[in-house]
Amino acid sequence: MQRQVALIKQSLFDQGYLDEQFMELEELQDDANPNFVEEVATLYFKDSARLINNIEQALERGSFDFNRLDNYMHQFKGSSTSIGASKVKTECTMFREYCRAGNAEGCLRTFKQLKKEHATLRKKLEQYFQLARQAGPKEIARRPK
Amino acid sequence: MATKSMVDIEKTKKKINVLIVDDDPLNLQIHEKIIKAIGGTSQTANNGEEAVIIHRDGGSSFDLILMDKEMPERDGVSTTKKLREMEVKSMIVGVTSLADNEEERRAFMEAGLNHCLAKPLTKAKILPLINQLMDA
Repeated sequence: MQRQVALIKQSLFDQGYLDEQFMELEELQDDANPNFVEEVATLYFKDSARLINNIEQALERGSFDFNRLDNYMHQFKGSSTSIGASKVKTECTMFREYCRAGNAEGCLRTFKQLKKEHATLRKKLEQYFQLARQAGPKEIARRPK
Repeated sequence: MATKSMVDIEKTKKKINVLIVDDDPLNLQIHEKIIKAIGGTSQTANNGEEAVIIHRDGGSSFDLILMDKEMPERDGVSTTKKLREMEVKSMIVGVTSLADNEEERRAFMEAGLNHCLAKPLTKAKILPLINQLMDA
């Protein structure tokens, strides 16, 4: 099972879903807070779901308030950076560029991709944390190659 | 140059007291954990205005203030200026986004920062500054 956990984690890095920052978080985990990373991830997905909802509502209004959208995405990018959500962070950056260019179509297209990456990451991390809990804390401390 | 490890910090018996100013609850949680991991204690403020109130009410003294730049109510630049006007002597470290340009960073520094770090914060980024405080 520990090998399975390691493989899942390796794939998350190899496929670009996570970056070095995720490892930084895992290294902060200790006996006092053995589920620290999972708690942080849970908070991230809760907060990002709120931001996605805000952005969706803003986009559905039809009249694009690029400043407001950029502000939401600034928050989203910040959180994604903090957890090491690399692909999501990339889409956030592209979305902000489209906002600055006043490109509504670009915003819509990028947002669709962002939601896809976000959902995929959420599913993969849920699987990873579930297996990691079953396997025990040993595997989490090891860096992927 | 040798850097202090956690063990060295523990030997000095001095606990660094840090104020973390950030509107993102995720960052607050992570930064609190980093400070704890390097042997410090921390208090949080959800925006710059809270940070000012904490200092205005008195009784709080911090070795280090980690100051986010973009915040509602009062942003990092304004907060840093205000704290320096209030003669707060703590080391204030600005925390910026990589998207911030050179001009924005300079303006933040000129508000009264001692240092500026780019997100995401890590133990490796903060430890040299903690060592600086310990050596002071």
